[in-house]
Amino acid sequence: MFFALDPLPPANLLAARDQMAITLGFHIVLACLGVAFPTLLLIANWRAIRHDDADALRLARRWTRIIAVTFAVGAVSGTVLSFEMGLLWPGLMGRFGAAYGIPFAVEGIFFFLEAIFIAIYIYGWDRLSPWVHFVSGMPIAIAGFGGTFSVVTANAWMNQPAGFTLGADGQVTDVQPLGVIFNNATWYEAGHMFLAAYMVTGFLLASTYAVGRLRGRLDRYTRLGFMIPFAVAAIATPLQIGMGDIAARAVYADQPVKFAAMELVQTTGPNQPVVLGGILVNGQVVGGLKIPGLDSLLAGFNTNTVIQGLDSVPAADQPPVDVVHLAWDTMLSAGFGLLALAAWFGLTWLRRRELPTSRWFYRFAAIAGVAAVVALEAGWVVTEVGRQPWVVYGLLRTSDAVTRAPGTLVSFVIVLLVYVVLGTSTLLVLRAMSRQGGGEAAEEARDGVPYGPSR
Amino acid sequence: MISEADLVAAVLWLGVTVYAVLGGADFGAGLWDLLAGDAQQGEAPRNLIDASIGPVWEANHTWLIFDLVILWSAFPVAFASVMSTLFIPLTLAAFGIILRGSGFAFRKYTQRLSTRRTFGATFAASSVITPFFLGTALGAIASGRVPAGNATGDPWTSWLNPTSILVGGLAVAAGAYVAAVFLVAAARRRHDAALERYFRQRALAMGIVTGGLSLAGIAILHADAPALFAGLTGRALPLVAGSVILGSTGLLMLVRGAARGIRPLAAAAVTAIIWGWGVAQLPAILPGSLTIDAAAAPAGTLDALIVISIVAALTIGPSLGLLFALDGRSRLEAHR
Repeated sequence: MFFALDPLPPANLLAARDQMAITLGFHIVLACLGVAFPTLLLIANWRAIRHDDADALRLARRWTRIIAVTFAVGAVSGTVLSFEMGLLWPGLMGRFGAAYGIPFAVEGIFFFLEAIFIAIYIYGWDRLSPWVHFVSGMPIAIAGFGGTFSVVTANAWMNQPAGFTLGADGQVTDVQPLGVIFNNATWYEAGHMFLAAYMVTGFLLASTYAVGRLRGRLDRYTRLGFMIPFAVAAIATPLQIGMGDIAARAVYADQPVKFAAMELVQTTGPNQPVVLGGILVNGQVVGGLKIPGLDSLLAGFNTNTVIQGLDSVPAADQPPVDVVHLAWDTMLSAGFGLLALAAWFGLTWLRRRELPTSRWFYRFAAIAGVAAVVALEAGWVVTEVGRQPWVVYGLLRTSDAVTRAPGTLVSFVIVLLVYVVLGTSTLLVLRAMSRQGGGEAAEEARDGVPYGPSR
Repeated sequence: MISEADLVAAVLWLGVTVYAVLGGADFGAGLWDLLAGDAQQGEAPRNLIDASIGPVWEANHTWLIFDLVILWSAFPVAFASVMSTLFIPLTLAAFGIILRGSGFAFRKYTQRLSTRRTFGATFAASSVITPFFLGTALGAIASGRVPAGNATGDPWTSWLNPTSILVGGLAVAAGAYVAAVFLVAAARRRHDAALERYFRQRALAMGIVTGGLSLAGIAILHADAPALFAGLTGRALPLVAGSVILGSTGLLMLVRGAARGIRPLAAAAVTAIIWGWGVAQLPAILPGSLTIDAAAAPAGTLDALIVISIVAALTIGPSLGLLFALDGRSRLEAHR
């Protein structure tokens, strides 16, 4: 067939993988904002109407403008990924598009609804009555949930391909769409990603108000702007730790080689330690802190649990171990750091019904946004690099999926430059928008009346 | 006999048509933005362009995503072949898409004139580049220059050839024509006679350019893409003729200063030519290499896509209707 496998020196492979990593690593942050930000906005909007809260109203209007920018950039950076599916990985799409493509078609509906209702909501300020306007924002949050579910389904399918039959020539001959969508990894990957979106968005947004507080802004507007996103992220964090635990155990069962790389397990056997930090040099763990038996205990609730080692497969079938392991440790460190911060917040709130007052709390909160993004990117590296050398686990090697078009190196370099400029511009525009915050009144005057239909 | 694959191909063609009309018009508006002159001269037309495409461009853009996902799920080999052979123009189109969208959004939310100018120029220039490269890719497919396989076509001549350049130019010109016609209607709703005249002149000029390109296209296709030419002048002739009639009627109405009906006419002229192309190359999806039936995914996938398309029509249709209705109504109110 047209995309049958035959050996080819994978000259394009590294450039294509790096380009995919940059564009996806960029988009995933905006995707998180697209999924979770509307919910935070609706919370502020609800407060504004229900309690006639002028500060909440200012926040909701402000956040709408930020979403307008991040959604636009997210929409087009997501489109680039759609192009790259074919530009970089024609071997994947040509052979498996009939199965792998289905979740994206479902996602298309959610994305469409998201784009439409975001426009209605942004445009509806001052043009719709307050509650109608609020309701017009609800489909955005729902579509964010559905969109996450379907697009992560596609990634889960790459880890646990299901719902199809392969013919003798290696082509997909029969497809069961529901089998594709509800594959083994769908639930834990989608749940993990959905909570990650709320953590990233909540901590990122809260961190900007934490910086404001450290600079001496103690007004109610700043406190509320901190409180809403931080509370949401603080609720998501413990759930995420639990979800991550389930996901890790599922990876142990479903993708033992990825799990071995995450935990630096060399040789199959029981009583495996958890290694914090450390790398592999000539098959030996160098550096790092060993906690004996913990890995086996976590994977199977018993130190006698046998963990499959990297040596169970040939070297050509092993992922880049150190990258996966260090990314895994990075994600865990950031995740548990955020859990501690969330606990600080939660305990203070339960005891005194108010925000922590310690400057140290706000110093940590100010870096929590970056920490959440680091955890997100590291987790993504674990999933993606840990699956290597496969693009479809056990069925298709990444080197067989890559394009044979000349020029991937050139396009990678240009992509790198464009994304540096794009990322910088996005940050500068958002910063300029927050600086205009000093002149809130001017902003509102330009936007029209604070709230309500213009008639 | 119409197969399930034909049905999904028709859905795909429908998606391509809507994107060509609505997405094409948004790109065309970018071209008018580019040509609107300095900050003072261009303020009024740029404001109208901004207000007209601002609320709808993301929804219109989503049709492209819809087309891509249908293509790669239903006709995976065709998708992979197109994207790998046309790596260069489609990479450039992807750059154009990201610069267009972010440039537009950044301009809207920044204050400083110099920054706005930079972002505005990025938005406007990429609005011209993107449809051109997408057009060259369509020309490559239509003229049979994309064989099935992983980058098996020529990386350069597949899209640097007379037919591709023609279709690229037509994509830019037709988009600019439709955009100008839409902007005439938008200016009219605002009761802005000066802007209405401004865009009416531009619509006329671009209509003549589009017509001229199409005439030149007859000779180009005859020489460069005989199979496509035969299809367009044979089986697809009614659609091609329809496009010509709709286009010239629209031009006549513009000359006479009519407002009612010019938008549907412009949209219909574009629609007719896109379906003319589809009919001309039937039953091929990649002419000379792959038919719709041979490229089609297994029945399970096609069933799923038909269900998804029905759900999409039932949910997206009314939502889009709501968006366009609100858009039209509130603009009317805001400027009365």
